[in-house]
Amino acid sequence: MGLRDRLLGWPVYRQLTGTDPLGRGAAACSNRSAELTARTEGADRVARSVCPYCAVGCGQRVFVTDDQVTQIEGDPDSPISRGRLCPKGAASRSLVTSPLRQTTVRYRRPYGTEWEDLDLDTALDMIADRVLAARAETWEDVDAEGRPLNRTLGIASLGGATLDNEENYLIKKLFTAMGALQIENQARI
Amino acid sequence: MANADVIVIQGSNMAEAHPVGFQWVMEAKRRGAKVFHVDPRFTRTSAVADAYLPIRAGTDIALLGAVVNHILSNELDFREYVLAYTNAATIVSDDFVDAEDADGLFSGFDPATASYVQDSWQYAGHERDSGSGHTARERETAAGLRHESHGAPVSRQVQRDDTLQHPRCVYQILKRHFARYTPEMVERVCGIPREKFLELARAWTENSGRERTGCLIYSVGWTQHTVGVQYIRTGAIIQLLLGNVGRPGGGVMALRGHASIQGSTDIPTLFNLLPGYLPMPHHAQHPDFDAWVDSIRHPGQKGFWGGARAYAASLLKAYWGDAATPENDFGYGHLPRLTGDHGTYQQVLNMIDGKVKGYFLLGQNPAVGSAHGRAQRLGMANLDWLVVRDLFMIESATFWQRGPEVATGEIVPEQCATEVFFLPAASHVEKEGTFTQTQRLLQWREKAVDPPGDARSELWFFYHLGRRIREKLAGSTLPRDRALLDLTWDYPTHGRLAEPDAEAVLREINGYDTVSGRPLSTFTQARDDGTTAIGCWIYTGVYADGVNQAARRRPGHEQDWVAAEWGWAWPANRRMLYNRASADPQGRPWSERKRYVWWDADAGRWTGRDVPDFEVTKPPSYRPPEGATGPAALAGDDPFIMQSDGKGWLYAPSGVLDGPLPTHYEPAESPVRNPLYGQQANPTRKRYDHPVNSTNPSPPQQHDEVFPYVFTVSRLTEHHTAGGMSRTVAPLAELQPEMFVEVSPELATLAGLTHLGWAHLITARAAIEARVLVTDRLAPLTVDGRVIQQLWLPYHFGFEGLVTGDSANDLFGITLDPNVLIQESKIGTCDVRPGRRPTGAALRELVQDYRTRAGIVPGVLPPAVTPGVPVEPPGSTGDGEGNP
Ligand code: SF4
Repeated sequence: MGLRDRLLGWPVYRQLTGTDPLGRGAAACSNRSAELTARTEGADRVARSVCPYCAVGCGQRVFVTDDQVTQIEGDPDSPISRGRLCPKGAASRSLVTSPLRQTTVRYRRPYGTEWEDLDLDTALDMIADRVLAARAETWEDVDAEGRPLNRTLGIASLGGATLDNEENYLIKKLFTAMGALQIENQARI
Repeated sequence: MANADVIVIQGSNMAEAHPVGFQWVMEAKRRGAKVFHVDPRFTRTSAVADAYLPIRAGTDIALLGAVVNHILSNELDFREYVLAYTNAATIVSDDFVDAEDADGLFSGFDPATASYVQDSWQYAGHERDSGSGHTARERETAAGLRHESHGAPVSRQVQRDDTLQHPRCVYQILKRHFARYTPEMVERVCGIPREKFLELARAWTENSGRERTGCLIYSVGWTQHTVGVQYIRTGAIIQLLLGNVGRPGGGVMALRGHASIQGSTDIPTLFNLLPGYLPMPHHAQHPDFDAWVDSIRHPGQKGFWGGARAYAASLLKAYWGDAATPENDFGYGHLPRLTGDHGTYQQVLNMIDGKVKGYFLLGQNPAVGSAHGRAQRLGMANLDWLVVRDLFMIESATFWQRGPEVATGEIVPEQCATEVFFLPAASHVEKEGTFTQTQRLLQWREKAVDPPGDARSELWFFYHLGRRIREKLAGSTLPRDRALLDLTWDYPTHGRLAEPDAEAVLREINGYDTVSGRPLSTFTQARDDGTTAIGCWIYTGVYADGVNQAARRRPGHEQDWVAAEWGWAWPANRRMLYNRASADPQGRPWSERKRYVWWDADAGRWTGRDVPDFEVTKPPSYRPPEGATGPAALAGDDPFIMQSDGKGWLYAPSGVLDGPLPTHYEPAESPVRNPLYGQQANPTRKRYDHPVNSTNPSPPQQHDEVFPYVFTVSRLTEHHTAGGMSRTVAPLAELQPEMFVEVSPELATLAGLTHLGWAHLITARAAIEARVLVTDRLAPLTVDGRVIQQLWLPYHFGFEGLVTGDSANDLFGITLDPNVLIQESKIGTCDVRPGRRPTGAALRELVQDYRTRAGIVPGVLPPAVTPGVPVEPPGSTGDGEGNP
């Protein structure tokens, strides 16, 4: 590298002579930083989503590369959030990619002291059997005066408020048809 | 909100709990709005407000009532608006006796059920046929929630005095009711200096009216009280008196806490509701379809509920398809029936008593997030089986192994029979669907990736669970299985995981014509003959023209500030409810500055920036003919169309169970004797006298000095509710790594606490420990010459996750608001001591020692009516079963 190149490459020179007198932009770039690209640029696709935490409903853009979520950013198009996310919304990528996430079914048998593994299909089948048994055992056809009750008070449910409307709809529909009344949600709390 | 000229934030720390929404408060401030923050604790919201008013927790009605008094005594109400759009002029029954005249009880109190018979609260001449009569049952079934979409019924025309001078008109009753709520009383009750109060009252009134509007913002700091609904009512009274409802920059803004908590009430997973705020049938009240429908639509009455029969028939049609016919009342017989309170707290007590077999937890962590954590965990330890569906291994899944009761020996894993299934859930980017955010706006999320491993959406889990249950029951001839076998349950699935199609579900929620299959575009198309099926009538239009309207994402900068093409808001994509009130009775904007929706006489229709919340061609001059019912009975200047008299209710003759007017009661636990009434706490609060439950004594009971301090809890920016989605996330856990308690320097000296040292807090339920943060964010308040110390805790911590700590919710007992059955978990009394809490069995011994000193007997709660308060037996107590 000649002297001239060294001089031109010197940030202070660029700051004094270029368009970036405060040295906060182009003047401060090194060769390495000039070559860096945001992981959002090479994303295979971007899904338009909504923050799962509070009820402001900030818009999110979810960047995906090789079927992995690589970044979640605020959506500047949203008239609600105008591209902003708070610390929780900004941590959404860490939420969905957290190494602490459980990805297999876990089972604790009665009086057990440890978790065991269980196949998802088996778990679903066991739960279906237990629902039917609890329902049969606690079913109430009519009240003392013979008026219909059509219900079980042997089954209860409590849902969080990160459930989608479509999910709540199916939950309520199935439980109601089952006669399970005691269906509650964070919205009560 | 950005259009407001004054913003009052109370019961909310918006800057920290809803940070991105708070930009609109700052935007309003930049445009000149004055911002007030009222809170027990100085927070980041207070820091950027123009004025901060520290308040004694649990006294908001005293403060707001004094604002009402300030408005009325100085005649600062927006008279034209008040006269035309509210029930100020309506005459109330001669039988009504105000709480002011009866030491804190209104007329009609039934001591046997601790609830009101509402006959005497009605409008004059309506005593026998309006309202709910006896309200004990309404409390058990949280019936107030129904009114999220419509007001309570009024039987017919009302008597009015437009001069507002009649002693029994609402205006004069209101004036008398709040006459003792003076600035001096605010100082005595709330601990707020009178100059501070007057600054708030002046700014609020000066920035409201024809040219200016003010916005009121609250959050669960208001709802989680035994008088929570009445807090909000007081705010609504102020906003109606000042003309701040239905106008830009006005309103009462409820900041809901979770991504789709609004959606969870609209399409409820709540025991007492069906989609669209239709009531779950009650065994005695709703014996058949007609009785059920008529209890909603009140035939012959004014307003928009005439359509209830069509909404109800269409819901049943969506549930039971071809098996739902007009001949079999659309399968109404299939619906389960309520007999009383089946809410989440009653359920937990029933679990402890062995009455519940199985429990599903769907992204919810009651071991940390619900009041009385110990009761929650003991209940779960006494189930046959528990299904936990979550992203992370949360406390509610591991209570049997690592919970605090394992440490105290109350739960022994080898003796705990609960079978636990932990099923991993899909995250928000691994499934598609809609959230409904806090302004009733539905936003569709696109799916980014498949969920990992066994993780699945709730849509997947419930669809396939239902499919399997139906397969197992195939061929059953038991009548009880008909409802499951007849259910329409044929959603298309796609992909490797056989994920049900969320758009198909949204389409059913929207509703369709059962003959042509075409999606409906508005709920006025609903029919009661079985030719429409609608999953949630208030959401009809979200799939209009077969297009997912919730997925619309026209950029905000390409639209005006109403941004009507971003997502879809219920009802009918209206962004502001009751926006007819933004125009004067003649249909002209109140002012150029606050122009929003107005009558276009040339076109003969309502027009403006938003979808008008009014029949679009009904002129302002329309007057209903004699005997009109339904919408035709509403005049062209009745903007509150979901109210049965078309008016905003300053006075609520029914619909609210604990009084037609808000009244200051002390919280269920308070160190202070009610300075306003002999009645100490809300006499109708929902109490559970179960051995696991207890309430710390409050005056005039003895031993209140055992728990001398007030504590309150709320959120940190970096954590989310019970921590399941934040203490498990490294960057968030790192930012807020430890449970702590904030105390004033004065309390630190008094109790011997050191900054960054340990302290433990004790109530009749539990003792928990936390690091001490000594800060003047919490100023001691002088109330009636006495110093009140308030402590503050975050409620996010538990024993699982990257960062752990004791749970603040363990400190609370179970006492609920009577209207909606929400627990009082914003305030309790406690003692605080330096150092760490004991461990093992010694922990329960410490709590027991306090209980003994406080004279607490298991299963015995303080009386509903404070001893010494005279109770006039109501004229007709009935049997608590309500009016027919
Ligand atoms: S980014 Fe923050 S403010 Fe926005 S929705 Fe998420 S939690 Fe709420």
